[in-house]
Amino acid sequence: MSRPIRRQTVRREVLAAGAAFLSTLPVLAACGGATASPATSPSAEGAGTPAPAEGRAAPQLPATVVDATGQTVTVTSIERLVGLGGSVTETLYALGLGRHLVAADTSSYYPPEVARLPKVGYVRTLAAEGVLSLSPTAIAGTEEAGPPAAIEQLRGASVPVVLAPDPPTLEAPAKKISLLAQALGVPGRARALLAELEADLARARQVVAAARTKPRVLFLYVRAGGTQSAAGRETQPGAMIEGAGGINAGAEAGITGFQPITAEAVVVARPDVLLAFTRGLEAIGGVDALMALPGIAQTPAGQARRVVHLDDLYLGGMGPRTGKALLDLARALHG
Amino acid sequence: MSTIDIGAARSATAPVSPTGLRLPALPWAALPLLAMTLAGAMLLAAGTGAVSIAPGQAAAILLSRAGMALPVEYTAQQEAVLLAIRLPRVLLAAFVGAGLAAAGATLQGIFRNPLADPGLIGVSSGAATGAVAVIVLGLRPLGLYTLPAAAFAGGLLATLLVYRLARRGGRTEVTTLLLVGLAVNALLGALTSFLTFRATDPQLRSIVFWLMGGMGAGTWPTLGMAVPFLAVALLLLPRLGRPLNLLALGEGEAGHLGLDTERLRLAAIALAALATGAGVAVAGMIGFVGLVTPHLLRLAIGPDHRMLLPASALGGATLLVLADLAARMAVRPAELPLGVVTATAGAPFFLYLIHRTREQHGGWG
Repeated sequence: MSRPIRRQTVRREVLAAGAAFLSTLPVLAACGGATASPATSPSAEGAGTPAPAEGRAAPQLPATVVDATGQTVTVTSIERLVGLGGSVTETLYALGLGRHLVAADTSSYYPPEVARLPKVGYVRTLAAEGVLSLSPTAIAGTEEAGPPAAIEQLRGASVPVVLAPDPPTLEAPAKKISLLAQALGVPGRARALLAELEADLARARQVVAAARTKPRVLFLYVRAGGTQSAAGRETQPGAMIEGAGGINAGAEAGITGFQPITAEAVVVARPDVLLAFTRGLEAIGGVDALMALPGIAQTPAGQARRVVHLDDLYLGGMGPRTGKALLDLARALHG
Repeated sequence: MSTIDIGAARSATAPVSPTGLRLPALPWAALPLLAMTLAGAMLLAAGTGAVSIAPGQAAAILLSRAGMALPVEYTAQQEAVLLAIRLPRVLLAAFVGAGLAAAGATLQGIFRNPLADPGLIGVSSGAATGAVAVIVLGLRPLGLYTLPAAAFAGGLLATLLVYRLARRGGRTEVTTLLLVGLAVNALLGALTSFLTFRATDPQLRSIVFWLMGGMGAGTWPTLGMAVPFLAVALLLLPRLGRPLNLLALGEGEAGHLGLDTERLRLAAIALAALATGAGVAVAGMIGFVGLVTPHLLRLAIGPDHRMLLPASALGGATLLVLADLAARMAVRPAELPLGVVTATAGAPFFLYLIHRTREQHGGWG
């Protein structure tokens, strides 16, 4: 558990993101905090996206799809794209469409090139005219993009808006990639991406199949200000925990979605491992601050200081890197 | 009791001339002036936005709708932005601002208290509870219109509750009304907090966004939904000007002069709740417009409610149209919450007002 990841074949950014998970040793826990930043800011030479597919076959347009909201959407040009939702923007980059992006929402922060783009607000609180002022030829988002009135206004201004399905399951990444690639006329580029995703998921399944442990994992959504929510059923972290061969202690505690959890309920949940988003953990002051939260010290995970943390979008985004995140998580849980 | 003392309220608001208590002649010219200011603000707001549309293009787009073709080029996108996004939005801001300010002026008159605002009678917190309940429980029987409908219903129900609880023996005493309003607001606030506590992270974002207010929902259908209620309130509220003037003499005096104060209170509260509820339902919580606009106009045109009510409506409309313009332009292509703009501009102004009143009249007592 305390050994660093050894994967010679992985690309830099994957290594960086993977290295963000924590080990049990306090000294390495400190390193975990330090290495977490490269996860969100890979070095300049890193492409930042798996297998950029620039320069391949020209997009096949116009393309028509039925999106997650049941709308039939026809895209005629991908010259100017807006990405709404971190996982969708990341998928657009992974499909080699990064150079066409003219804006993104504030939840989009990977790959780091996204930082250069104008931000049109948070994915759920968009302003239609602001988005339109960037003259997009197509807008891609997760199905949570909104408010609905703004989406209707965008569609009313004849800009195709493709909203990708985003269920909290391990099927979401493939669904997202397939729909977006098809809608934007680059289905060929999706094949390589899907193959890579499936290969990573398969490797994670191998790790799980070979595992002799089935740890109880509690995902804590820690935030500055002393509030903590646990992930229960129907959550992305819950799906990741179960996919990585763990027991979602939050779901067992009867939680659905993300719900605030008391210190006593944390103790009763008896987690062997605590899982958290890196950004949230940094916001409260790292692993030591997590350990100091009431109830944590009374759990097996607290006594063994078993904390795993992964970047928010990497662990919970259900995007192109989800297979790698699952593999990292499985290794962290069973290593 | 001193806070609703008639003398204090008047000294705060009425510039008494040095020669005595003679009421100044009504500055009727103020209304056309305010109307022209509003028209100017609306033109400015309709012509300004993240998408640039030149005045000539805007004119061409509007006239082409009326069947006249001007020799000015414009894109389909400019047309869509102007007609489908900006116009309904500017109109909504005008109506909502007018409703909030007229409701504020009316309630300040009814309570004879310069601090009264539409929040006092429970309508805002009721609307918030309705809206947050819809968001957290994920209800959508009416689709997009579920939230405004629930907010509107919540606002009216809360006001009804306040009125019924404050009523005793066919009378609603103002102080009781005020205190009952406080209690109901606290209760609804707790309910809203509980719902917020149960909310998921994405729902929290929606709640916070709604609570900060905004004209983002300004589409023709929402406009069509809110405007009938606002129009009824805005047409009827100015009729309360004369009775409110009588009430300013004091509850007993007004009664002796033949004013049915109970009926006036009911009408004023019902109409204020209607205007505020319809506005809040589509635009979320927007603070300070209802409170500050009447004060501003009292300084300019005096305390006569016959003038103050229509003037507040026009002034509130102008202020909210301009605030929405600032919200749209400040961080484009994103957008500031409208409540942030109105409070940022409104609070310092209110402080100045307090300071000035204290200097000139010795304050509110």
